Amino acid sequence: MKHEKRLLLVPAVISLLAVIMLLLWGLKPGIDLTGGSLLQVSYQTTGVPSIAQVQSAVAPAAASLKLGEVRVQPTGTNGYTLTERALTNDEKNSLEQTLGTLGPIHEDEFTSVSPTIGQELLNKGLIALGLVAVCIILFIAFAFRKVSKPVASWKYGIVAIITLVHDILIPTGLFALLGHVAGAEVDSLFIVALLTLLGVSINNTIVVFDRIRENLGAVGRKETFDETVGRSIMQTLARSINTSLTVVIVLAALYFVGPASTQDFALTLIVGMIAGTYSSIFLASPLLVAWEKWQRRNS
Amino acid sequence: MFALRYSAVIILIVAAALGFFIWHTTGAGGRFDFKLGLDLSGGTELAYSADTSKVPASQIQDSLASLQTVIERRINAFGVSEPQVQTAQGGALGTGQYRLIIDLPGVTNVDQAIAMIGQTPLLEFKLVKPGFESSTTLPDGSPNPLAFTDTGLTGEYLSSAALQFGNGSSALATAPLVQINFNSQGAALFSQITGNNVGHELAIFLDGQVISAPVIQQKIDGGTAVISGNFTAESAKSLADNLNLGALPVPITLVSTQTIGPTLGEQATHAGVVAGIIGFIALSIFLILWYRLPGVVAVVSLIIYSILMLTIFKLIPVVLTAAGLAGFILSVGLAVDANILIAERMKEELAAGKKADAAIREGFARAWLAIRDSNIAHLIASVILFWLGTSIIKGFALVFGLGVLVSMFSAITISRTFLLALGVNAEGPVGRFLMRSGLNK
Repeated sequence: MKHEKRLLLVPAVISLLAVIMLLLWGLKPGIDLTGGSLLQVSYQTTGVPSIAQVQSAVAPAAASLKLGEVRVQPTGTNGYTLTERALTNDEKNSLEQTLGTLGPIHEDEFTSVSPTIGQELLNKGLIALGLVAVCIILFIAFAFRKVSKPVASWKYGIVAIITLVHDILIPTGLFALLGHVAGAEVDSLFIVALLTLLGVSINNTIVVFDRIRENLGAVGRKETFDETVGRSIMQTLARSINTSLTVVIVLAALYFVGPASTQDFALTLIVGMIAGTYSSIFLASPLLVAWEKWQRRNS
Repeated sequence: MFALRYSAVIILIVAAALGFFIWHTTGAGGRFDFKLGLDLSGGTELAYSADTSKVPASQIQDSLASLQTVIERRINAFGVSEPQVQTAQGGALGTGQYRLIIDLPGVTNVDQAIAMIGQTPLLEFKLVKPGFESSTTLPDGSPNPLAFTDTGLTGEYLSSAALQFGNGSSALATAPLVQINFNSQGAALFSQITGNNVGHELAIFLDGQVISAPVIQQKIDGGTAVISGNFTAESAKSLADNLNLGALPVPITLVSTQTIGPTLGEQATHAGVVAGIIGFIALSIFLILWYRLPGVVAVVSLIIYSILMLTIFKLIPVVLTAAGLAGFILSVGLAVDANILIAERMKEELAAGKKADAAIREGFARAWLAIRDSNIAHLIASVILFWLGTSIIKGFALVFGLGVLVSMFSAITISRTFLLALGVNAEGPVGRFLMRSGLNK
């Protein structure tokens, strides 16, 4: 733990990059968070129209129905997904009729969400995110209440929050990037993924802190705080790496062969898992050490 | 030692029995078959918002319950299998508008579904304020909101309706009518309203429009009223039929629809199951290669964990969605974490020179604190998510929360029992190899 400042540089730079990408491009919210509709249809495999054909067929209908912008994306080998404002059932039917002029279609999926519901879902998600974070921090302060020397237990809580913000920032930044280059959207499953990562981040931080707690409590050793922290990290290193490796294996299976609807979810979790693991080693503990040193210098 | 081996065998037998139960009841379509959500089985979800602004706060729950019954009755009349009608409160903290969420498995024709619900009439009785008799409608034909006072009497209190014909002699007097009968509560309310307002007009609203506003001649007991309007025999008959299926106590509007085709749902389920199996095999290989004997034990206890979870899904029953499956897969990851924490801890104790038996006990005891604390953090998260979340998040939170609880039990109790029951001697070369990990010989 001699180089805690240099170690801290890596997460600091990556977080900064994520913040820049977020500020630059922002996130593209999906229709379930803003309101809108999504219509997924498939054509018979023998007569799939080109995307240009679909776009030009839809354009007049969109104009007459005042749909505003209609986004057409190919889906699978023989399908298209249309995204537009929230539709009534009649509007959807006339849109399907238009698509049907290019060949017989089958409706695979239709979702229409009014803007109020979307806004509500977003607010609920954000409140849940905040509430989970606060409750977990309170719990950590409680779980580590007996550890007050040399660093007070609430400081473990603060460090856990900083680590958590870092772990959430990275997948969020990634989605700002993916949204910019590939049009990826964040939906309610993305919020679920972030909430899960909150748990994972806390989990990783707790495992290391728990070891520090145990090593600080052990009598008969004469070592400085940063030596204790360094030893605790080494002791939990195998666990941290192996656990995230196994979880990443499972998530990779979900990403590559799982349902299309949970693919982005799996990707968010994979990135978050990796971020959460390295931050418990390179961010949480060095931060604790840096804080303790700063404290000593100023006392 | 004997007791440990005895419990290990019991655990295996119970797990095998539950495994057989899962295998036997899956796909059979019975009470214990897996319940798949709409995103996996195909179907339609409709969300309506209920306007309860005119209902006194004390009666909101009652009128929502009656709304739910009416819609359920109507859907059942159309023969949808296992429809689900739930009420929920919107808004960020569940204090906003009331919602009615209707799940129709197997129905992919939204027109049909919406029509089915849309025909439910909204029946209200309102008193015309004195002085407003001639100005009950606005220039555009809609009712003048200033002219009426609510009476609280709505379609909620209806018991039956029937087509009748007037018994007068003129053509107008023999026009088709709809006679409605109130239930006892409605009859009491009706008699009170008519008794207190003799000489005033009582307007009958159907779907927000005034269809007639007769003058109350006298207090009416017996709970029968007649709706007259410009009915033909057919329109009166269809109104009576619709009223018999139930009238809405409050107005509802459609706010979101979601339809998933059956093929898409099937593909999602298939892909989810395949991903789960591949993921499980891959992590088993890793655990066994790296942790050897404790790895094998971890894999066995993970299998038992999965069997327990699947049994719980069937017994509660938990409606499985794509998000729920993701929650399950993630909870498997968590159960693995517990096993890895324990295995690492045991290794340290062995390296410190303890005998296998003592190392296993000590390893479990020391890993327990970290497992407990992190699982409590996960439980806090799932409870909040379940409480605040919308349906998709709720599904995830329920499965994940259950997973955390079950994995605490399976990792600690089951793995520990098996490892101790095996009674490995870590002093011998074979025992030492089995209890070590990674690249060590």
